[in-house]
Amino acid sequence: MPFDASRFRTRTGVLLITGLLFLLLLPPVSSVMNESYLVSFFSRILIYALAAVSLDLIIGYGGMVSLGHAAFFGIGAYGVGFLTFHFQESTLFIFGFEGTDNALISWPFAIVFSAALAAIIGALSLRTSGIYFIMITLAFSQMFYYLFVSLEAYGGDDGLSLWSRNRLGPLDISNDTVFYYVCLVSLLVFLFISWRLVHSRFGRVVRGTRENELRMQTLGYATYRYKLVCFTIAGAGAGLAGALLANQNEFVSPGLMHWTHSGEILVMVLLGGMGTLFGPVLGAMAFLLMEEVLAAWTEHWMVFLGPFLIIVVLFAKKGLYGLLTGERHE
Amino acid sequence: MLLFIEQILNGLQLGIMLFLMSAGLTLIFGIMRIINLAHGSFYMIGAYVAATVASYTGSFLLGLLAALPAAALSGMLVELIVFRKLYNRDHLDQVLATFGLILFFNELTRIIWGRQPLFMDVPSWLSHTVELIPGIPYPSYRLAIIFVGIMVALLLYLLFTRTRLGMQIRAGAANREMIAALGVNIKLLNTLVFGLGTLLAGLAGIMAGPILAVEAGMGESILILTFVVIVIGGIGSIKGAMIAAILVGLVDTLGGFLLPSLLRLFLPAATADGAGMSLASMSVYILMAVILIWKPRGLFPVQG
Repeated sequence: MPFDASRFRTRTGVLLITGLLFLLLLPPVSSVMNESYLVSFFSRILIYALAAVSLDLIIGYGGMVSLGHAAFFGIGAYGVGFLTFHFQESTLFIFGFEGTDNALISWPFAIVFSAALAAIIGALSLRTSGIYFIMITLAFSQMFYYLFVSLEAYGGDDGLSLWSRNRLGPLDISNDTVFYYVCLVSLLVFLFISWRLVHSRFGRVVRGTRENELRMQTLGYATYRYKLVCFTIAGAGAGLAGALLANQNEFVSPGLMHWTHSGEILVMVLLGGMGTLFGPVLGAMAFLLMEEVLAAWTEHWMVFLGPFLIIVVLFAKKGLYGLLTGERHE
Repeated sequence: MLLFIEQILNGLQLGIMLFLMSAGLTLIFGIMRIINLAHGSFYMIGAYVAATVASYTGSFLLGLLAALPAAALSGMLVELIVFRKLYNRDHLDQVLATFGLILFFNELTRIIWGRQPLFMDVPSWLSHTVELIPGIPYPSYRLAIIFVGIMVALLLYLLFTRTRLGMQIRAGAANREMIAALGVNIKLLNTLVFGLGTLLAGLAGIMAGPILAVEAGMGESILILTFVVIVIGGIGSIKGAMIAAILVGLVDTLGGFLLPSLLRLFLPAATADGAGMSLASMSVYILMAVILIWKPRGLFPVQG
C-alpha cells in the first residue's frame, strides 16, 4: 500500500537522521558531561559497525554466509601493524620497502592487503556453497589465525604493540575526538559506497543471485564473478576497519582473526538486521553496549548472551532496524 | 627414522580423535542438513565429566562410564530444546544459534569448574609403554586410543550395514521426506542420531582428557580441524570422514615435524625453522584448498 510505504520511509528517515545527529554530537556532549571515555568507546563501536556493514554486504545481500570475516579485519590491522612495526624498528619490510607511520600509505596498504586476500580466499571458497562455504571460510580464517600465531618475528601469539597512532596528514588522530570523527567519516563513506553499490545494477545481480543463482546464470550472468567482487569489496571494508582498530588500540594480535571474533561480528549483523546496511551499525552499538553493561555486572555475561542469541535467532530475526523502522529486512 | 615412525603413530592417534568427532558431525549434517558449531561442546562435556568423576573415584573407567551417557543425554536434550526448531531454518540461523550454544556451554563450564584447566591422569593400567616395533617404545594409552577408534569404526560400519536403525539412518540421509512418509518416526530418529553423534564426541573428549588440558573452549580447537575433515571427506560420508581424518591427522603431525627439516636443505636454519613452523600450521588448510580445487564436494560426495 502506498500510504504505508511512505509512512515507513518517514520513520526510516527520522531514525537515520536522529542516529547521525547522535553520532555527530556525541563528542561535544560527552565532554560537557565529563564522560570523555565515551568518545573512545564509541570509536570502537564505529569501527565494529564498519566491519559489520561490510559483512552485511556478503551475508545480507550476497547470501554468502561467511564465518571468516574476522580474518580480513585482522589482516587489515596487521597491514598497519607491519608497516608501523618496521618504522619503529627502522628495518625493511618485504621487497625492500621501508615501514611507515603515515596513515595515507599504511591504511590503503591495509585495505589492499585485505582485499587481495579476500579475493584469493573468495576465489577458492566460492567454488562451493551452503554448508561447505561456511566451513571453508571458517577454516581459512583459522589458517590465518594460526599463521600469525606462528610469526615469531611479529610477536606471535602476543601480538604487536604500536608506539603511537599513525600520522594522518594535518589531523592529530592521537586525539580521541579527532580519531572519533575519522572513524565516523570512514563509516559514512563506506555506508555511502555500499548503498550505491547495492542499489546499482551490480547490487541487483548480486541480490538476484542470492534468491536464485541458477536463474541468474540462465539469464547470462557470470554469478561467480559478481559474488567474488562482492566478497572482495567486503574484505576491503573489513580491512579498513582493521586499520582503524589497530590505531584505536595501538595494538594488534592474532586474536582479532579468531573465528569467535567472526561470530561476534556476525551477531552484530543479526542483532541490527540483515540486508539493511544501517542495521549492522545499530547491531554493533547494541552488542558492544550490552557487552559493556553485562560485563560490569558479571564476568560470566556470556552465559546470558548465548541463550539470548538463540532466542533472537528463533523469534526476532528482523533485527533492531526492522523493529525501529517497521521495514522488512531484505 | 624411529622418530618418524613415532610421529606417524601420533598422527594416526590424532586422526582417530578427529574421526570420532567428524563421524558424529557428518551424520548430523547428512541426515538433518543442519550445521552444528556446538559439536565441540559435547567433546568438552565428555572431558569435564570424565575428569571430575575420575578424580573423585580414582577410576578412569568410572569416569568413562559416567561421561558417555552425560555427553549423549546432553546432546539429546539440546536436540529437543533447540535443534528441533532449527531444522527448517536456513544455515545462517543454525550458525548463529549454535554459536550461542557454544558461548553458553563454555561460560557454564567456567562457572562450574573455574578458569583453571583440569588435569586427568592416564589410567595406571595404560601408563606403561609397549614396543610395538622393536626399538620404538610407544605409550600404551595412545595405542589404546587408536584401538578404540578402529573398534568404533567397525561398530559403526556394522550398525549402518547390518541393522534396521542403520538402514533407516542411511535412508534418512538420502531422502528425509520419503522415509517419514513410509512411517519411520523421523523425530525419534533425529534425536537418536544426535545422541549417537554427541556420544562419539564425548568419547573423543574423554580420551583426549589425559593428553590435553581439560579447559573451557577446548572443543573449538578440535572443531575447526573436524570441519576440515568433513569438507575433505564429503559431507555426510562416514567413509570419507575416516579417510580424511587419518589424512588430516598425519599431515598435521608430520608437517610440524618434516617441514622445518625439509626447508633446512634450502634455507639458513633460523629462517627454515620459522618458515617451516608457519607452513606447518597452514599445511592442513592448504591440503583442504588443494582438494577443493580438485573436488569441490569432497573426496566422497554423498548423493542427494
